[in-house]
Amino acid sequence: MSNELLKVENLEVQFKSGSTVTKAVNGVSFTLNRKENIGIVGESGSGKSVTATSLLRLIPTPPGNISGGKILFEGKDLLTLSDKEMRDIRGNDISMIFQDPLTSLNPVFSVGDQIMESIKLHQKVSKKEAKQKAIQMLQLVGIPAPEKRLNMYPHEFSGGMRQRVMIAIALSCNPKLLIADEPTTALDVTVQAQILELMKKLQDEFNTSIIMITHDLGVVWEICHKVLVMYAGNVIEYGTVEEIHDQPMHPYTWGLLDSQITESVEDHEMLTTIPGSPPDLRQEIKGCPFAPRCSYARDICFSKAPEMVEVKEKHFVACHFQTKETRLNRKERSTHVRAVVKS
Amino acid sequence: MGKYILGRILNMIPTLLIVAIIIFLITRMLPGNPAAVMLGPQASAAEIEALTEKLGLNDPLYIQFFDYIGNLLQGDLGNSLTYNMPIIDLIMERFPNTVILAASALLIAIIVGVPAGIIAARKQNSIFDYAFTTFSLMGVSMPIFWLGIMLVLFFSVNLGWFPATGMGSMDEGIGNFISHLILPSIALATIPTAQFARITRSSMLEVISQDYVKTARSKGLHEFFVICKHAFKNALTPLLTVLGLQISSMLGGAVLTETIFSWPGIGLLIIDAIGKRDFVVVQNMVIFIALIYVVVNLLVDISYKVVNPRIKYGKGGTN
Repeated sequence: MSNELLKVENLEVQFKSGSTVTKAVNGVSFTLNRKENIGIVGESGSGKSVTATSLLRLIPTPPGNISGGKILFEGKDLLTLSDKEMRDIRGNDISMIFQDPLTSLNPVFSVGDQIMESIKLHQKVSKKEAKQKAIQMLQLVGIPAPEKRLNMYPHEFSGGMRQRVMIAIALSCNPKLLIADEPTTALDVTVQAQILELMKKLQDEFNTSIIMITHDLGVVWEICHKVLVMYAGNVIEYGTVEEIHDQPMHPYTWGLLDSQITESVEDHEMLTTIPGSPPDLRQEIKGCPFAPRCSYARDICFSKAPEMVEVKEKHFVACHFQTKETRLNRKERSTHVRAVVKS
Repeated sequence: MGKYILGRILNMIPTLLIVAIIIFLITRMLPGNPAAVMLGPQASAAEIEALTEKLGLNDPLYIQFFDYIGNLLQGDLGNSLTYNMPIIDLIMERFPNTVILAASALLIAIIVGVPAGIIAARKQNSIFDYAFTTFSLMGVSMPIFWLGIMLVLFFSVNLGWFPATGMGSMDEGIGNFISHLILPSIALATIPTAQFARITRSSMLEVISQDYVKTARSKGLHEFFVICKHAFKNALTPLLTVLGLQISSMLGGAVLTETIFSWPGIGLLIIDAIGKRDFVVVQNMVIFIALIYVVVNLLVDISYKVVNPRIKYGKGGTN
């Protein structure tokens, strides 16, 4: 059995509305090994959720359309599978949890029904066995008195509890890959930590790989092995967590890191922001998509799109000035802001 | 829940009482002596006076009212003079016919309307959706008496496929029974079909883009179950409301349809009774129809709870 679980090559996703085409994902590539976690980070609208949803072919079509690339899962290209074959993979080999646990559970079915549905769909078990398994899953995700809770409805659960239920549903068929689309964004900070802890614990138990979509780099450092930084539908930096954490290279990644609260941020100090906003993806982007907001940008950045280059082992960056030969000098946080204001 | 239902049943009493008062006053306010109308123009003054006395119409209004309410509470609906039989028997004879017609029309409306609405929502802005919108608008705005006559002209008079009027007897075979039922059922089903379809479409559109529908797909469920199980159950509440109103109005006698097709149900009975100025029948029929409305309403309210567990009745409930 190959160690490579998922290989995404040049994935392109477009949304058509009338005559305008929005290129939401523009040539995303990455690989994920078994038991490995990858974090996809970026601002809202950078294409991270679309990328993840496309992996399960859950993009609403139309208007969405996976217009190019390959998604090789255990060597099979998911884009060539029939609907039936794809359904056998969803919830079974690859499952997904969503951002808002308050809306992602169906309000009119009991929690038990919703967990058992997945189990009965993918495993040849009797109703009784499915129920046993559902109770076991609820117990595993830390829900007290699972036999009683089984018959309750989502509105009788708190947000954190509902996300636990979602995790129970997602893991009930022992998937090889779990796609978590901002699973902690809608939760309280204390609950966030619990959910992450739970995901880490269960990953060890189930040997599942995780694709973690988030805009919280703290989450990435916590549980991921690899990071994919996305901007305007493009991957701009990709590498191991150690590399990106210790030696981030793309100016956009620097911007993301600088805008985080860390121990070094002094009291009453303003947090740094990246000025401007992401480009309109309905329009053709010439050059580097980040150039208009980049304080290091020079003429070439506006005319030619940078290629993804492996600058060090397992560290890829798409920037004209971060190559094997050349390096940019990262400005200090404060000077970074000043430089931006001047430009 | 049990307490809630009991409370609602007790609540029916004042509702029905108010209906009884209003209908009593209205029938008494009609111009002309009912006794004279019943007996016809050839009747002598003495005959009219005798019937007036027999009907209790010479008593003061409040005495008439208390007599009437007193009888009602004892379950005595009185006798119809024009039909010459107890009113309760009259209702029992006619009501099953109305139920048959209503059930068959409702079946058509649900079988056609609901799936059409679901498909239109699934294929929003497609040619099907546009055609659907046009037809459903035609459906809700179609005058039933016109449609009924057109159906008779086309299918009975021109093609001769179905009988034009009346109700078939089971003694003459099920075929005869059904062939009499088809045209009135279609006429009666037209408006509800269009209404169910429109409501289903709009409430499906609301739920179809919800996250839990995405969750259902991500589990690997077939699209049919995603839509018909996960989405549809959430879209059901508004449909139940309309369904309840339609059931009540159909059971209350589809006056137009029954008249056009001479269907011997309670709609036709009530029109007949009004024409014959048989106020005792009219009075009791109205109360009977009011009773149908309140009962169906209660059933619909209970069914909300079955469909949507978030709805709580009684103390501390949200509804």
